[in-house]
Amino acid sequence: MPPDQGSPTPRRGSDPAPRPGDDSAPRRGEANARRVEALAAAARRRRRLQTLLPWIIIAATFLLWEVLVRGLQIDAFILPAPSAIAASMIQWWEPLLSNAWQTLMTTLVGFGLAIVFGLALGVAIGSSTLLYHGLYPLLIGFNSVPKVAVVPILVIWFGIGTVPAIITAFLISFFPIVVNVATGIATVEPELRDVLRALGARPVDIIRKVGLPRAMPYFFASLKIAITVAFVGSILAETVGSNSGIGQLMLSASSRFDVPLVFAGLMVTAVMGVVMYAVAVAIEERTTGWATRGQAEQNVTSLPGG
Amino acid sequence: MATKERPFVEIDGVSMQYGGVEGTLALRDATLNVARGEFVVVVGPSGCGKSTLMKLVSGLWPSSAGSVIVGGQEVDRPLSVVGMAFQNPTLLPWRNILSNVMLPLEVVEPHRRRLRRERAAYEDKAHRLLAMVGLAGFEKRFPYQLSGGMQQRASLCRALVHDPELLMLDEPFGALDIFTREDLWAQLQEVCLTLKPTVILVTHDLREAVFLADRVLVMSSRPGRILAERTVPFDRPRSLDDTYKQDFQDLVHELRDHINAARKGGEIADAA
Ligand SMILES: Nc1ncnc2c1ncn2[C@@H]1O[C@H](COP(=O)(O)OP(=O)(O)OP(=O)(O)O)[C@@H](O)[C@H]1O
Ligand SMILES: [Mg+2]
Repeated sequence: MPPDQGSPTPRRGSDPAPRPGDDSAPRRGEANARRVEALAAAARRRRRLQTLLPWIIIAATFLLWEVLVRGLQIDAFILPAPSAIAASMIQWWEPLLSNAWQTLMTTLVGFGLAIVFGLALGVAIGSSTLLYHGLYPLLIGFNSVPKVAVVPILVIWFGIGTVPAIITAFLISFFPIVVNVATGIATVEPELRDVLRALGARPVDIIRKVGLPRAMPYFFASLKIAITVAFVGSILAETVGSNSGIGQLMLSASSRFDVPLVFAGLMVTAVMGVVMYAVAVAIEERTTGWATRGQAEQNVTSLPGG
Repeated sequence: MATKERPFVEIDGVSMQYGGVEGTLALRDATLNVARGEFVVVVGPSGCGKSTLMKLVSGLWPSSAGSVIVGGQEVDRPLSVVGMAFQNPTLLPWRNILSNVMLPLEVVEPHRRRLRRERAAYEDKAHRLLAMVGLAGFEKRFPYQLSGGMQQRASLCRALVHDPELLMLDEPFGALDIFTREDLWAQLQEVCLTLKPTVILVTHDLREAVFLADRVLVMSSRPGRILAERTVPFDRPRSLDDTYKQDFQDLVHELRDHINAARKGGEIADAA
């Protein structure tokens, strides 16, 4: 019996080596069944640890923070302890919630616009070398402009309020999407394109059936970056020119030297960022399993060859 | 004008140079005709330009010189009457096997128009093709879950699914063991006897060539052109037992001598 059959290799990233063929593995007796069972159990343990680990680390961080602040008797004005932040959260939960909602909506609208326009421009740039070379310098220059400098201009144009925040969130999250989608489409293997070309497919068909699906892993990778920077954009704009939102709340809290409330705002922002990131990851896993070759489920299920 | 038995594929003095004037000359002055319904097999040493020839005929590349005419029409872009199986399986990694096989139906008219209404019938057809090449039950798998040979068989199904008039097969059985391969020869012969497509097939296996072909063409080494041509006289359907008969073996040997000569000739030309 070859010792390498069904050996546990699925952890090796994007290893292109063929997996053990499921169609040719006959039953190999009980010893093998036990080994498969053991492997599956090990994989289950690993996964349990994987889901628990982030929580453990977060809890440990807060604990350490609390201990340090208390032990070194750091002033709440410099660094409030987690317990103080929590107390502030409870005390101010209503404004925190309403402002967080405002920020979330602003961010999501800007992010949504970034997805729509980013996809469109990314597809255009990725499928035309001419557009690519024509537009890239402008895009890069545009992205190099610090967005803090843009917000005052937006406030002059649109007045204090939600619109500058939406636009800033859009501007800051638009670029990674464009670049990634364009890269995904521009790097389509010529062989795959030829499959469709050989059938007499129109360029639109080629983009729809090869370019876009192929760009999806890139697109989702960019979404994970884009959603987090979208928060940066909207909160930035809120601190500069708005009368609502988490950014504005933190600004007014710090002007009242209410540092625990500032930190409470930061916490809320971080939570929103993490949640939106997790949403992006969940969508990514469901739609582009082919790109990771189903590693997630491969770990446990495909060993017995069912 | 088509009544005067004009060849279906006319390749006339075609040359192909990759990468501009300084590039590799892959084909030089290749000329061949293929009649409608004929099964032509092209053999030749590795790197002699067989795949290049296939890509020129299917319109994927423009030729540097000469003309390619398919069905009376100059090939200046890919034609949808062609079904092509590439040397590498080139399945789309994000589609499962079934929808990979059905891809041509989403592109080529009139299937494209009918696909939505007659989905079930088309799926049936794809299932039948997959079963024919021994891939029943793998429809929902993704390409990475299949072996190289299985992927190659799936890509053969993809080339057949839209009933192309011209079938271009570039080493379709290259990654298969001899038994599966012989199985598929018989299957392919059957398909061709019922549907009567025009076929151009590239292979390195001379038994395969003689078993399948109406006519075998031998190419010189790079830059490729047609060196020799042999009509295969045996009646169809041919059986695998026929491949061990004397006259069959004689033909195989004759072709082998041609290829050997081609390889030697090529080395001399390259050195010059
Ligand atoms: N895209 C390309 N760019 C540059 N040169 C190429 C390209 N494709 C093929 N060639 C060259 O053209 C020549 C013929 O290649 P081709 O793929 O047609 O050979 P082949 O007869 O199919 O060989 P094999 O039997 O090994 O598949 C080779 O010398 C190769 O280096
Ligand atoms: Mg080849």
